[in-house]
Amino acid sequence: MEKAYETVIGLEVHVELATKTKIFCGCSTEFGGAPNTHTCPVCTGMPGSLPVLNKEVVNKAIAVGLATNCTITQNCKFDRKNYFYPDNPQNYQISQLYYPICRNGKVEIEVDGKKKWIGIHEIHMEEDAGKLIHDPYTDSSLVDFNRSGVPLIEIVSEPDMRSAEEVIAYLDKLRMTIQYLGASDCKLNEGSMRADVNLSIREVGAEEFGTRTEMKNLNSFKAIARAIENERERQIDILEAGEKVVQETRRWDDNKEYSYAMRSKEDAQDYRYFPDPDLVPIIISDEWLEDIRAKQPEFRDEKKARYQEEYGLPEYDADILTGTKKLADIFEETIALDANPKKVSNWLMVETMRIVKEKEMDADDITFSATNLAKLIKLTDSQAINSTVAKEVFEKIFDEDIDPDKYVEEKGLKTVNDEGALRTTIEQVIADNPQSVEDYRNGKEKAIGFLVGQTMKAMKGKANPGMVNQILKELL
Amino acid sequence: MDLNMTAVELGKKIKNKEISVVEATTAYLDAMEEREKDINAFVTIDREGALKRAEEVQKGIDEGKYTGPLAGVPVAIKDNMCVAGMLTTCSSKILSNFVPTFTATAVQKLIDEGAVIVGKANMDEFAMGSTTETSYYGETKNPWDLSRVPGGSSGGSAASVAACEVPYALGSDTGGSIRQPAGFCGVVGIKPTYGRVSRYGLIAYGSSLDQIGPLAKDVTDCATILEAICGKDDRDSTSVKEDGDDFTSALADDVKGMKIGIPKDYLGEGLDPEVKESVLAAAKALEAKGAIVEEFDLSLVEYAIPAYYIIASAEASSNLERFDGVKYGYRTEEFSDLHNMYKKTRSEGFGAEVKRRIMLGSFVLSSGYFDAYYMKALRTKALIKQAFDKAFEKYDVILGPVAPTTALKLGESLSDPIKMYLGDIYTVSVNLAGLPGISLPCGYDKNGLPIGLQLLGKHFDEKSIIRAAYAFEQTMQVKTPAYVTERGE
Repeated sequence: MEKAYETVIGLEVHVELATKTKIFCGCSTEFGGAPNTHTCPVCTGMPGSLPVLNKEVVNKAIAVGLATNCTITQNCKFDRKNYFYPDNPQNYQISQLYYPICRNGKVEIEVDGKKKWIGIHEIHMEEDAGKLIHDPYTDSSLVDFNRSGVPLIEIVSEPDMRSAEEVIAYLDKLRMTIQYLGASDCKLNEGSMRADVNLSIREVGAEEFGTRTEMKNLNSFKAIARAIENERERQIDILEAGEKVVQETRRWDDNKEYSYAMRSKEDAQDYRYFPDPDLVPIIISDEWLEDIRAKQPEFRDEKKARYQEEYGLPEYDADILTGTKKLADIFEETIALDANPKKVSNWLMVETMRIVKEKEMDADDITFSATNLAKLIKLTDSQAINSTVAKEVFEKIFDEDIDPDKYVEEKGLKTVNDEGALRTTIEQVIADNPQSVEDYRNGKEKAIGFLVGQTMKAMKGKANPGMVNQILKELL
Repeated sequence: MDLNMTAVELGKKIKNKEISVVEATTAYLDAMEEREKDINAFVTIDREGALKRAEEVQKGIDEGKYTGPLAGVPVAIKDNMCVAGMLTTCSSKILSNFVPTFTATAVQKLIDEGAVIVGKANMDEFAMGSTTETSYYGETKNPWDLSRVPGGSSGGSAASVAACEVPYALGSDTGGSIRQPAGFCGVVGIKPTYGRVSRYGLIAYGSSLDQIGPLAKDVTDCATILEAICGKDDRDSTSVKEDGDDFTSALADDVKGMKIGIPKDYLGEGLDPEVKESVLAAAKALEAKGAIVEEFDLSLVEYAIPAYYIIASAEASSNLERFDGVKYGYRTEEFSDLHNMYKKTRSEGFGAEVKRRIMLGSFVLSSGYFDAYYMKALRTKALIKQAFDKAFEKYDVILGPVAPTTALKLGESLSDPIKMYLGDIYTVSVNLAGLPGISLPCGYDKNGLPIGLQLLGKHFDEKSIIRAAYAFEQTMQVKTPAYVTERGE
């Protein structure tokens, strides 16, 4: 019989920091751009060039460290990690080994209502590499250094996670925290957040850790969950067969739902780390730390509690609204324009999320403005448009961020509240549909629905539905 | 035109319109053309560019754009400093086709002062060596004796000044590479305090030790050039803003009350008796001018060379990784895959001494040896710095020889690297401690070869060593090599 095993997981998470310029030069970090256009002698490793640290990277790394309860290393340094690869222009990466900027942190996660702390071993700063592009026509590889020197932080957790659910909860917590800080957009699919999973198994109750493997190329939460399950099973099979797990780096293929070994510990490179002599130690004063601490934003948990208390939103609403920084931002900006919180919440929770889901997009990528949502809510409040029209207008706002006042005016979508006009139309509808009138009079209550529909159609949907009902009943 | 003028003298004559910039530039270019077959001080000579530039600078001077003391004066730049559009090889095959897109800050500062760059000076490959024999472009010869080395690694810079091919040159000093060739060639050279001059655009050898500095005919020139090239640079985080950079104000013949210490450790075994005698005579001359001179124990001197070679090689092994045939420079003709390309390019592109130091450096950084070698060397470096700090509590200036001997015969030290490394005994600790040092001639041996005197100062106190050097210079009958006097200068 199979023994009971426990999965032990630790994560190495790379996050691209959202600074305007690169970590060691003034080049733009903007995504895209023709190859090698966001480059200079420093980020292409030209002889004689020297790195100069972008202080904003340190600010953001400290902010993440404080938000994850880390101790900040007030005298920290950069080291060189030496390895040859064409995407690495100097053939060494400037990183931190000996004195990482943050250490000994923790974040709280919740899975199935159970709370748990996950330890953070360290967070260090480093530079990203360029990108290799294989050209099949010439059978050669080309290098694009636009990403070379983009700032990264690597967040190394303790091996405190025991399931895929805990891993996802931890990643989600990190993502939320970092997004709220504005330190990164943390998109797994675009690579601005990358997670490597270190996993080992041991018999339940064992004190020693098992031999771990490191899994790379995990581009979505789903892939992470699948890879964890797969790797757990693989290791159990090995142990059950009486063999030993090999310490190695593996690459996950999400299409095949299978991982294969990239390199074992024996072939692991010796990176010959040593302190980078081109960069001076970073001395982080108490004042500097306090300054960043004072500027820390309201994080998700605090926001969620405040939405319930201050705006009387249900926990469910507060949870969804704060689940994406972008939604929370729009929510707050819209109510700042005097819109009713519950109404704003409804628009975001119902219509917005419906469209997001339909379009299979990320709520982070919403682009409409609070101003136009606030205007739309005012139009419905004043009954200038009915709810059907409002939904239509909202889709336009979502897609193109149109000004609803102008749009409604131009398209003539205002609700017709003119009783005389309505009465004339309804009289015509009654005259045109004797059968339905007959049915209604014979007690078929439902027939009135058809007549309302015909009236709305004749009014191009702009009629006030309450008034239509009232007048119809009266005339019948 | 007298080519044996100092840079400042020439600058004055240009300012006074006694000589035009084009005239001066042409005269030096002609001298280079005639002498290079003997000296080989240059990897690149840019006759066309220099003449065009000379005309521009003359116009700039006439229009009042260039008013400094070095305006219009030709200069040689050591071939490890980037100059935009000019071949920059580090005297290596691996950079045999490398043309930088930007100019080193120190060089740019000279350009802004109206300097005319005539060429790139030969050096030991990647500044690794003490003889300029490791250059891929042939060895440079000492104008005092063409069968001897000019020292190194800034041998081309020193020899070009001594041979009157240029009035002054820029060199770089990682373990003595300005001071020792200045000593061997009978010229003056300053290695500034670490951080005084920007390293941006200097192709790194040992980043924590490298400094750019001047080589010229006298102390006045060196102080003037250093004043032009120093300063904090936003592109080099290790450069610093420090006062006391009005170096020419220290050009005073006054050492009364100055406390000068001579490390006993610098006068012991291995030091040539003629060098020792000459250096001690220099100390006496300063004493006669009112300085207080005494000997003291510096200690730790024997550890300086191993610590230096570990640290410099470790940094070099990493600094030179970027030369891989991918982005610029030499790439091997045929290869089977990426790793084969790296291997062949680097095997073919680097010379023996560079490979030796890359291997040494890679070894001391490798896991399992890092603590035993690299960390221990860093601790030694810290102790050496402390020993100097302690000495400087008592003395304003430390005086000693530059090298144990005068210029060696060509080929003599190449066969025995350890012997070559030991020749750096008096210079490397200065780089480890980050101190400023000046080297100037203090006599001539029985073969007529110049003997170098070295004066060391506190951090950012270049002014004290400039003052002491200037005072000593007034007592010194400085000679010109026969190679130059024979040619009428």
